[in-house]
Amino acid sequence: MPAITPLLVAQVVIIVVVFHALLLSAAAMVWVERRLAAALQQRSGPTRVGWQGLLQPFADVIKLMFKEELRPKAADALLFGLAPIISAMCAFSAFAVVPFGGSTTFFGLLSEPMKLQVADVNVAVLVIFAIASMGVYGIVLAGWSSNSKYSLLGGLRSSAQMISYELSYGMALASVLLLGNSLSLTEVVNGQAGYWFHVIPKWFIFVQPVGFLIFMTAGVAETNRAPFDFPEAEQELVAGYHTEYSSMSFAMFFLAEYINMVTVSAVATDLFLGGWYGPFLPASLGWIWFLIKVGALLFFYVWMRWTLPRYRYDQLMAFGWKILLPVAVVNLLATAAGVLYFGV
Amino acid sequence: MTLFYLFGAVAVIASLLVIAQRNPIYSVLLLIASFGALSGLYVLLQAPFVAVTQIIVYAGAIMVLFLFVVMLLNAPHEETEHDEKIHPLRRPGPMRFGAVLAAVLLVELLWALTRAGSEGTAFPGADVISVRAIGKALFTDYAFPFEVTSLLIIVAMVGAVVLAKRDTRRGGAPAPPTP
Repeated sequence: MPAITPLLVAQVVIIVVVFHALLLSAAAMVWVERRLAAALQQRSGPTRVGWQGLLQPFADVIKLMFKEELRPKAADALLFGLAPIISAMCAFSAFAVVPFGGSTTFFGLLSEPMKLQVADVNVAVLVIFAIASMGVYGIVLAGWSSNSKYSLLGGLRSSAQMISYELSYGMALASVLLLGNSLSLTEVVNGQAGYWFHVIPKWFIFVQPVGFLIFMTAGVAETNRAPFDFPEAEQELVAGYHTEYSSMSFAMFFLAEYINMVTVSAVATDLFLGGWYGPFLPASLGWIWFLIKVGALLFFYVWMRWTLPRYRYDQLMAFGWKILLPVAVVNLLATAAGVLYFGV
Repeated sequence: MTLFYLFGAVAVIASLLVIAQRNPIYSVLLLIASFGALSGLYVLLQAPFVAVTQIIVYAGAIMVLFLFVVMLLNAPHEETEHDEKIHPLRRPGPMRFGAVLAAVLLVELLWALTRAGSEGTAFPGADVISVRAIGKALFTDYAFPFEVTSLLIIVAMVGAVVLAKRDTRRGGAPAPPTP
């Protein structure tokens, strides 16, 4: 048993806070998504439960809890139960290595500053990538184990889509890592401190605009969001991989999707938008900037879903392999050449 | 040490179960579990980069492809009842070849395991830890093996394309136009 030190307590507090913040962010995203969608379509959306409908997500959760847990007779019982757990677990654990603020002593409570991060891993970027590649198994297994043709098609599409877009995603990541000169997210964020000409913040998005676009496009595809939501395309596949799921196991897929969105936005913030660096606020309140930037990206996510129609499946594949990947490769090569020529 | 035995046991048991399954999907999943345990062993050896790469490349990318193919073919449970009574070495060609390969692998493994004790198995610490060191080694000392390996993969890909490509000259149906 390690001794109970203030540092240990602070670590546990951070873990608990991050876990609940993720849960709450998913609930908040459900509300934002519904209200924003309504606003974009000139409706009002949910307004009855709580002020402005803010308690609607909680009402939904209670409704889901009391629903019957159904399982098709022909389903593979073990994998059918395991699939939503894999999805939710991967979604939660990916955020563990994402830093969301600079070092702090919590107003002098700790003797030495600690990082605002659950686990400081020196290959953080790769860990996120690895966990994201595990998350796809939740969807694929859900599709297969349901023993229904719609689910199977959804699972197949999901795996094909993941394979196609993971490459571009990795290339975009790699070009930022070249600039940050490290695999640790904290180091990459610290490389973006300061300003050019006292005005423009040194965010990597200004050096890597193409990389940012590739990262976000591939990120949308990885999280199965519109206009790339093929695994669940409701007009073609009923509900895709989670057609046969109900009650809380459906809720877990739902939760995983929203948390993955939050994680992709948080990683993009750390990699391209300067993380917790921003003007006006003191360094100890940097996490507020982080939240603002993540919120902006999440808004963009929802905005995009209700603006762009879904692509056709072959368009998705052609776009991923024939446009996005070559652009990502050229971008990576150009970045490498630039880093060699100008230095970091 | 406890962790080492834990990961080791998971890796060995999962690998054994891979070949004991009738259902190919379960085999794939157990292989992923085995890769996960191997990655844990790499972490214990102070090589986080290798561990994460193991997950990304093997458990993440390659096994998704495996799963994709198994699901696409919708491979049924293996049917082995009819030839279960025959001794492996008396089964038809491919099976006999497989049995011989398995025997050779067993002998090689035994040979390697009995030799390993005398030479020491510790990793040269710092070299495997840093990504920079791995990159440098790959592009200087090991540049030739590295490039030859990539050539091998290209050959395999070309082979797959040639096998899959429909022969349009000899009356085969032309490939459907791709939009």
